[in-house]
Amino acid sequence: MTATLPIPHLVRDQPVIVIHGVTKTYTMGDQTVHALKGIDCTIERGEMVAIMGPSGSGKSTLMNVIGCLDVSSAGSYELDGVSVGALNDDQLADIRSGKIGFVFQSFNLLARTSALDNVQLPLVYAGVKDRKPRAMEALTRVGLGDRVHHKPNELSGGQQQRVAIARAIVNRPAILLADEPTGALDSRTSEEIMALFQSLNKDDGMTVIFVTHEKDIGHHTGRIIHIRDGAVQADERVMHPLVAADILRDLDRAAAEAEAAEEAAV
Amino acid sequence: MRMRQNLGIAWDGIRANKLRSSLTMLGMIIGVAAVIVLMSIGTGTQASITSRISSLGSNLVFVRPGGAPIQGGVRQAQGSAGSLTFEDAQVLAAPGAVPGALAVAPETATRQQLVAGNLNTNTNIRGVDEAYLDVRNYEMAEGEFFTATQLSTRALVVVLGSNTAATLFPEGDAVGKNLRINRLQFRVVGTLVSKGGSGFGNEDDVAMVPITTSLTRLSQQRTNQGQRSVSTINIKAENDKSVGLIKESVAAILRERHRLQGEDDFTVTSQEDTLATLNQVTGVMTAFLGSIAGISLLVGGIGIMNIMLVSVTERTREIGIRKAVGAKRRDILAQFLVEATMMSLVGGGLGLGIGILISRLVNGMQLNNQPLQTVVSPDIAILSVTVSAAVGLFFGIYPAVQASKLNPIQALRYE
Ligand SMILES: Nc1ncnc2c1ncn2[C@@H]1O[C@H](COP(=O)(O)OP(=O)(O)OP(=O)(O)O)[C@@H](O)[C@H]1O
Ligand SMILES: [Mg+2]
Repeated sequence: MTATLPIPHLVRDQPVIVIHGVTKTYTMGDQTVHALKGIDCTIERGEMVAIMGPSGSGKSTLMNVIGCLDVSSAGSYELDGVSVGALNDDQLADIRSGKIGFVFQSFNLLARTSALDNVQLPLVYAGVKDRKPRAMEALTRVGLGDRVHHKPNELSGGQQQRVAIARAIVNRPAILLADEPTGALDSRTSEEIMALFQSLNKDDGMTVIFVTHEKDIGHHTGRIIHIRDGAVQADERVMHPLVAADILRDLDRAAAEAEAAEEAAV
Repeated sequence: MRMRQNLGIAWDGIRANKLRSSLTMLGMIIGVAAVIVLMSIGTGTQASITSRISSLGSNLVFVRPGGAPIQGGVRQAQGSAGSLTFEDAQVLAAPGAVPGALAVAPETATRQQLVAGNLNTNTNIRGVDEAYLDVRNYEMAEGEFFTATQLSTRALVVVLGSNTAATLFPEGDAVGKNLRINRLQFRVVGTLVSKGGSGFGNEDDVAMVPITTSLTRLSQQRTNQGQRSVSTINIKAENDKSVGLIKESVAAILRERHRLQGEDDFTVTSQEDTLATLNQVTGVMTAFLGSIAGISLLVGGIGIMNIMLVSVTERTREIGIRKAVGAKRRDILAQFLVEATMMSLVGGGLGLGIGILISRLVNGMQLNNQPLQTVVSPDIAILSVTVSAAVGLFFGIYPAVQASKLNPIQALRYE
């Protein structure tokens, strides 16, 4: 995980995401569900942010709006200085292709298609010619360099998660959005994903926003936005974010010591 | 996105969904092949009947005993009335009697056993005169046809059709040999060139004897008045325009000779009439085969539709994923258009190939002792391929057009 991706070209001195009064309403028959009830928030370039909140509070809905995958019912959303609400379908596709990497809560990989081909997909639509090395690089970075020809149904949940992350970063997006990227993983693997995200954020300058249920995971970021019932409940600053690489090193050392102790006992 | 990329994506899609792709193509293959095979049998039968009728000769008028067919009713069995006499034929044959007639050839027909050594066959024995050969387009293969002397002396001579000759004289040395018909000994004086073809009233399954011999020594058929009866009077017209006139004057002469007041006791038909009647019959058959073929095409089409619609949810999700990672609407449309076109081309092409292959295999196959003839008509081939390709294209592309309008999340949530 040492390869570094070049810093994406961005306009400086301007928040990358400015959300104002965003709502999302679903109508099902005579019933209306207010998934988002007026969200305000600003995210700076290069920030790493966690979104937390109870199930059904609207986290995924918000992520979808930020990721330009879904449109809000009302409110304004500016991404990189561009007002997203005014864009047409093709322009949104360009943004998704050029600026955003999205990791779905349910992975959403193409079935019957190898990990390598799944990861190449964004490159195809971005018109990149030399796709294979780029896809291999992304897969290696998520630690799946040896599973590239497996299809999603031949991979574990955690491995599928990594393929989804590789697909999200392969286009070197300015913003990485991940909906519960550690939901399916044990704590050790979750820590590895956090190390990857921190590296993408620090070394590659990506703005990273992810949803999590776990406080520990949230504390790997400098900022936690708490959502409840479709509204921002609290915007918490984390003074001393956990450093995943350190935790991993400690875990390794502890494991090595335990092993040594065991050997000594024998 | 360039064409090559679209081809690549579409090809990956087909390969990733092998079962779905092959089922779709199977629908096309079955539909197209069924139409081509069935229609080729229909057209082939029609063609073989047409060629058979025209092999009888050209511009022919046939006079047969028996009344005209009653519309929608039962027709008097032709030939059973025995109302047509040898004398009728002689009158018609008199020079200038029938304007526009080139030749008049009466004919008697019986079925009898021919015995040559230890071989025998039951065949059609025709009593004919010198004019017959030319009128009915026969050619001699070996030997000579009957001479005037043989005709006037009621000689016991016979000319064999190619099939009959082959059956009785497998060595191929029929001419000069003797055979027995009705306990009489006949000498074979010649054999006929095969007319080819097969099926009803095989033109090569015959034996010909002088009509005088037939009338006196073989068939004892007499009319009610005790006159010698013939089964057909063949008249060759100068050209196709004189056919109508000949029909009229022949009918007038015979009505006069038979002193008829009401209904005719003979029928005058032209080759065209026969062809038209038979074409009507084969037309019904072809239409019947055509509707079966149409049903196959429909079933194939419904198969394609089913597969496509069943996979719409999965495909819609796939479209959602593709759009989520940056695909534009036109990328999606191009992918599905190319994919559906590829499958239609391959499915339609395979169906075409298999259909033509089966038609070839079926050609000449015996069905009820009649060899089937098949003719693949390009119109039908193009039509069936077009229809199945259109179904494939429509059901391949239409859901994709719909899904490409959704935003990624809507598409991913589609059920
Ligand atoms: N397509 C939809 N139609 C109707 N209601 C919807 C739809 N999508 C989401 N909702 C509703 O919006 C609310 C927010 O859903 P959302 O998926 O954003 O929650 P979440 O915070 O991501 O929850 P979880 O932690 O379980 O993933 C829920 O009440 C949900 O029922
Ligand atoms: Mg969610």
